[in-house]
Amino acid sequence: MSVIEIHGLKKQFKSGKNIVEALRGIDLNVPQGQIFGLLGPNGAGKTTLLRILTTLLQADSGEATVVGHSLRSASAEVRRVIGYVSQKGGAEAAATGRENLSFQAQLYGMRGAQVTSRVDELLAALELESIAGRPVQTYSGGQRRRLDLALGMVHRPALLFLDEPSVGLDPQSRARVWDEVRRLHDSGTAIVLTTHYLDEADALCERIAIIDQGQIVAEDSPEGLKRKIAGDVVLLGLDNGHVIAAQELFSTQSFIREIKQEPEALRLLVDEGEQALPAILQLVHERGLPIRTVALNRPSLDDVFLRQTGRSLRDDLN
Amino acid sequence: MNLFSEIWIVARHSVRVALRNPMTIIVGLLQPVTWMLLFAPLLNNLPTTAGFAPGQAINSFTPGMLVMLAPITSLFSGIGLVVELREGVLDRLRVTPVSRLAVVLGKAARDLVVLLLQGILLLLVAWAMGLNVSFVGIVGALGLMLIVGLLMISVSYGFALMLRDENAVASISNVLLLPLLLLSGLILPLEFAPGWMQRVADLNPLAYTVDAMRALFAGQFASGAILNGFLVTAVLAALGLFWATRSFHRALA
Ligand SMILES: Nc1ncnc2c1ncn2[C@@H]1O[C@H](COP(=O)(O)OP(=O)(O)OP(=O)(O)O)[C@@H](O)[C@H]1O
Ligand SMILES: [Mg+2]
Repeated sequence: MSVIEIHGLKKQFKSGKNIVEALRGIDLNVPQGQIFGLLGPNGAGKTTLLRILTTLLQADSGEATVVGHSLRSASAEVRRVIGYVSQKGGAEAAATGRENLSFQAQLYGMRGAQVTSRVDELLAALELESIAGRPVQTYSGGQRRRLDLALGMVHRPALLFLDEPSVGLDPQSRARVWDEVRRLHDSGTAIVLTTHYLDEADALCERIAIIDQGQIVAEDSPEGLKRKIAGDVVLLGLDNGHVIAAQELFSTQSFIREIKQEPEALRLLVDEGEQALPAILQLVHERGLPIRTVALNRPSLDDVFLRQTGRSLRDDLN
Repeated sequence: MNLFSEIWIVARHSVRVALRNPMTIIVGLLQPVTWMLLFAPLLNNLPTTAGFAPGQAINSFTPGMLVMLAPITSLFSGIGLVVELREGVLDRLRVTPVSRLAVVLGKAARDLVVLLLQGILLLLVAWAMGLNVSFVGIVGALGLMLIVGLLMISVSYGFALMLRDENAVASISNVLLLPLLLLSGLILPLEFAPGWMQRVADLNPLAYTVDAMRALFAGQFASGAILNGFLVTAVLAALGLFWATRSFHRALA
């Protein structure tokens, strides 16, 4: 069974005379019991898709069911079983962390001692106890994000949507958020998260859909996605002044499948890294290119993205 | 969960959060007191020029002040809503199963509590200045004031969700405020106005409210003005509430 089934979902935004096609026909199935990642660059449509699935926005066309309820005909039922942590958070700045959480618990129908014990539990799990009595506007970015997460899971939803859960967090807070997401998953909650961090998608998600310009361009497990690339990446480190010359040199070689310039480096995709490496070094030597480093890597999700879209995901981030 | 317990939860939370900033509330409460202290002395010489019975000026002036309090306090409620919209608070509320009408009414309740306190304070000051009004009149007057308040809050929320900008909400409120007040006859009776102005004032809902308020203070409970005032104000408040709730239902951001 799937927690989410999406067929032909489309959404346009009109701002003045401009029309933005935010979603151009999304078909997707999210299987039960997985941490599902939507990976894509800025403006890909991740937030738009989540806002539609959480009933905040209406799609122009297409159908979707969320935990068995149709978005179109049963949005109230959908709201009862999902949680949503938006990209912007949504905690009230003037209220304390505890007030925010208690209010949220009451909105989901909890009362009295039930509220207190659930709030205490969450404050402990996300290590917010020491600041729970302070107004949220005094929180650091990481503390605030952890509170957002707690707000989304107060009512133990069957399905939790997280829009960029770890954006702006230091590695320690990030690890804490990841741990909490995994724990939630172990307790049976289905999780759909968006991210533009490759390592996050790689480390956290069991299944990933890559979304670009409003379309799903690939979908599989992280390993499966990387396996499809079937090849290795050779990364040559060299001065920016020589990157162009190196690119010209390799672009005529048939055993190089793809080339991509990077700052102070050239990324080469080849079929068999071990066999290609001597040939590459030979060419470099003949041309007299002053390379500084050579690295042989398995493909990353970025290489998957590059392969699918012709662009690097990192280029879009700033 | 029924609608009333939902409204109660939202209202209680909003009041609690508002109390974190008691200064804002205290300043708000002082407002009607200062008006009364600054306006009322002018009334002493009014009877001779305006034809009021001596000593009765405060009785016809206070109902106007009560009606004026509502838009001045409540028309700006939407500003806070814009901030909540931008910070994603409204989205968070819209994803919960709580009814959207309950959210709007619960938030409005917080502002209405402040308005009610202001109204009571204003009446106390007026009473100290010689206001003479029946208990039924007072209850009716405060009730009518709260309905005007709900209308103004709803309209302000509607504008907030439509314009999504604090400054825009503040400007439109300011633009609306003065004509609304002057054309309601609440500062000076509209009997002094030229014909065209009276015609325009007939279209101003607050003019009916002011008439009803004056009748309540004068103890003319049989007067049709009271029924008219309540009816016009309540119908408009219901329409305003419908608009605000619908906008909240649809809010994108
Ligand atoms: N309310 C809106 N009005 C007009 N355009 C919009 C609106 N919301 C989103 N868009 C546009 O739709 C596209 C998709 O936006 P969306 O927020 O879904 O991207 P995203 O993948 O979440 O990006 P990010 O990683 O930056 O959060 C963008 O081009 C965006 O500018
Ligand atoms: Mg986004």
